[in-house]
Amino acid sequence: MSVNERIDGIVKTNDVVLFMKGTPLFPQCGFSSKAVAILDHLGVTYESVDVLQDMEIRSGIKEYSDWPTIPQLYVKGEFLGGSDIMMEMYEAGELQELVTSQGLAKA
Amino acid sequence: MAMAADEIEGMIKAALPDALVEITDLAGDGNHYAARVVSESFRGLPRVKQHKTVYDALGGKMGGVLHALQLTTATP
Repeated sequence: MSVNERIDGIVKTNDVVLFMKGTPLFPQCGFSSKAVAILDHLGVTYESVDVLQDMEIRSGIKEYSDWPTIPQLYVKGEFLGGSDIMMEMYEAGELQELVTSQGLAKA
Repeated sequence: MAMAADEIEGMIKAALPDALVEITDLAGDGNHYAARVVSESFRGLPRVKQHKTVYDALGGKMGGVLHALQLTTATP
């Protein structure tokens, strides 16, 4: 299976996926840490992929999304953005709206 | 390797001549920046596209020599 197919499988089988450096408990980069904090604050259930544990995905995700940095957030198979966009959307109330309308909050 | 703030600003302005660019050196180490870019060309574009426009202007430096750029985009 190619790396594109692997990533495709991950983003299509999970409602919310965060590609990040480290894990939600131990983020290895300030930007990933910020992304985790936003998702946790919103009470979103999400899957995380530690790109530091998988070099193929680490480089593959940048091509797949055509986006140069990590973290990257996918919601329902669609690329939403990195931590800056998450923060902008959060501050504008758009992320809360998305979480509510798509039913992504923890029960 | 770090990048100088005026180099970042220059590359963004080369691609978006109308842009107002504010660069802040967050840590004072020439390596962690915040950039706020205001351009008419962002109007009507989703956030992802706005940020992508700036990343493209930086010509592959984003995610490479430029690790830490906290980006905010807006329209005038």
